[in-house]
Amino acid sequence: MTASAPDRVLSVRDLKVHFPVLAGAVLRRQVGSVRAVDGVSFDVRRGETLGLVGESGCGKSTTGLAVLRMLDITSGRVEFEGEDITGLDRAAMRPIRRRMQMVYQDPFGSLNPRMKVAEIVGEPLEVHGLAADRAAFRERVAALLDMVGLLPDMADRYPHEFSGGQRQRIGIARALALEPSLIVCDEPVSALDVSIQAQVVNLFQELQERLGLTYIFIAHDLAVVRHISHRIAVMYLGRIVEIAPRGELYARPLHPYTQALLAAIPIPDPAIEAGRPQQIISGEVPSAMRPPPGCRFHTRCPHAMDRCKTEDPPLKEIDGGRAVACHLYG
Amino acid sequence: MTGARLLSVKGLSTEFRTDRGTVRAVDDVSFDLAAGETLAIVGESGSGKSVTALSVLRLIPTPPGRISSGEVLFEGRDLLKLDEREIRAIRGNRIAMIFQEPMSSLNPSLTVGLQIAEPVQLHRKAPWAAALDKAGELLERVRLPDARSRLSSYPHQFSGGMRQRAMIAMALACQPQLIIADEPTTALDVTVQAQILALLKELTRAANSALILITHDLGVVARYADRVCVMYGGRVAEMGPAREIYAHPRHPYTIGLMASVPRLDQEAGSRLVPIEGQPPDLSRLPPGCAFQPRCRFATERCRVERPPLVSTGPDHLSACHHHDRLGA
Repeated sequence: MTASAPDRVLSVRDLKVHFPVLAGAVLRRQVGSVRAVDGVSFDVRRGETLGLVGESGCGKSTTGLAVLRMLDITSGRVEFEGEDITGLDRAAMRPIRRRMQMVYQDPFGSLNPRMKVAEIVGEPLEVHGLAADRAAFRERVAALLDMVGLLPDMADRYPHEFSGGQRQRIGIARALALEPSLIVCDEPVSALDVSIQAQVVNLFQELQERLGLTYIFIAHDLAVVRHISHRIAVMYLGRIVEIAPRGELYARPLHPYTQALLAAIPIPDPAIEAGRPQQIISGEVPSAMRPPPGCRFHTRCPHAMDRCKTEDPPLKEIDGGRAVACHLYG
Repeated sequence: MTGARLLSVKGLSTEFRTDRGTVRAVDDVSFDLAAGETLAIVGESGSGKSVTALSVLRLIPTPPGRISSGEVLFEGRDLLKLDEREIRAIRGNRIAMIFQEPMSSLNPSLTVGLQIAEPVQLHRKAPWAAALDKAGELLERVRLPDARSRLSSYPHQFSGGMRQRAMIAMALACQPQLIIADEPTTALDVTVQAQILALLKELTRAANSALILITHDLGVVARYADRVCVMYGGRVAEMGPAREIYAHPRHPYTIGLMASVPRLDQEAGSRLVPIEGQPPDLSRLPPGCAFQPRCRFATERCRVERPPLVSTGPDHLSACHHHDRLGA
């Protein structure tokens, strides 16, 4: 889990993001809090893809936003390229924002429909004063479009003229404009058609190889996450329950929740599915306002013991590079 | 297809008037369904899978939509020829539908119990107390926790998974011969999706109802379908028994789809093989095969001549000029 300092792009320690819940029409007072992210720690190495998976409400998107300082952090520490950025103000964050970017899920909602592609992709260059003149600007935009597999003459068109897959490419070009080292990808292929998903997944991989990018890849589709990630963190109700290199997580999932998630994914082959035991866990994810005491997964866990109802299992390192938060393992 | 024929769709075409001209969303689609069988209709956005389902139940908004030709034979009657009163007697009674978004198909201002009991009272002419009792029994059958006490709850008090359970209860209320489920679990979490699909399959099997499952997820198809109909650009690309389609696909689009999805049981890290190009624009389909602009097997013939759906094996149909060159 730990990486030596120069190799480490991002280091997150005991990150908490709580949202206040208010009540009262006139005198708004806080009656509770949603503990969206509740004590999360992980490192991301340079050139690596860390996958964050989990079901809705597990805190994976909130973690991504908090790491980029796009949300207020309740407590904990975020270190980016060796610098503690947890408490930096807007002005101090500005040069750092160039190095960390985001690609969003919705290729329709995340592009301004009134702006031409050149303005969308080139906006970060203007904001950060990186285009010397008009010619340099056009040249850079053309290079960015080429990098994501779009044609230079598409620069003068509007988003509505593009399909979902092409729009996602525009969003990726915008994220690349400032030559970031870290890109947080929040469900970047979930809204795309199956035949287009593979195109975009391949593009992410090519860009990583070419530019040495580091990704946090957030998704609910375990097959896609497994395909693109080097390591994977499984989240449940604001916590990481298991983190492991890709091969080990899928070959030998340790946490009962990881096992349940993997069993729930059907394999696209009827001959294999017919012989696959169907272990479906019952229940749904409890509210993050009132997470269960003890292990948060105990209400749905087929292996729950008495201890699990009262004692919160810490994330403990098991062997080379993997960790699990479960009483079954010590 | 085995067993008695329950539904037979023949040459169904549905058109929509748009500002870019008339678009044929469903183009000459035919398929049969046996009693108790599960047929998956697979396709991406714009493939015509949902419009096909809505056309069967005559739920196409008119205008701008219009079923322009075809027959939908169900229990010996052509549903397209029935008057409004007759088709209403079939909807929710002999054929039930489950939609992707349970919140938009449940009435937010009525209790769940009332909404499930209503079709029972309406179609089965049951007294209200008996209908409400039946609703409680149905909620138990879909394994809603504290089922009876949930009768007086409103939809907003339910989670997404509970709402979809209530929708299934409603669909099962009149013991329909056919259930059409349009992406019933796409909006749900992975573990809940598995629960709901297993439940739907188990209950339809127990009632010997047939199921048309509309989905884009090849994994879901593999786990639950007996037969598969792959659609592209409003047309049937390939159709056959599920095992046969996955083992010996005979259409380049099906082959491309299978190669483009990552699988949990295969080596990770290798490059996926995407289908190049963009999904079809229905208002500008090419004259020949709809898939031809993206197809690596395309020849001159594919550009000019629309491939008919022909038999390539027992119960296996493909609409490709080169079907005999494909498949392993």
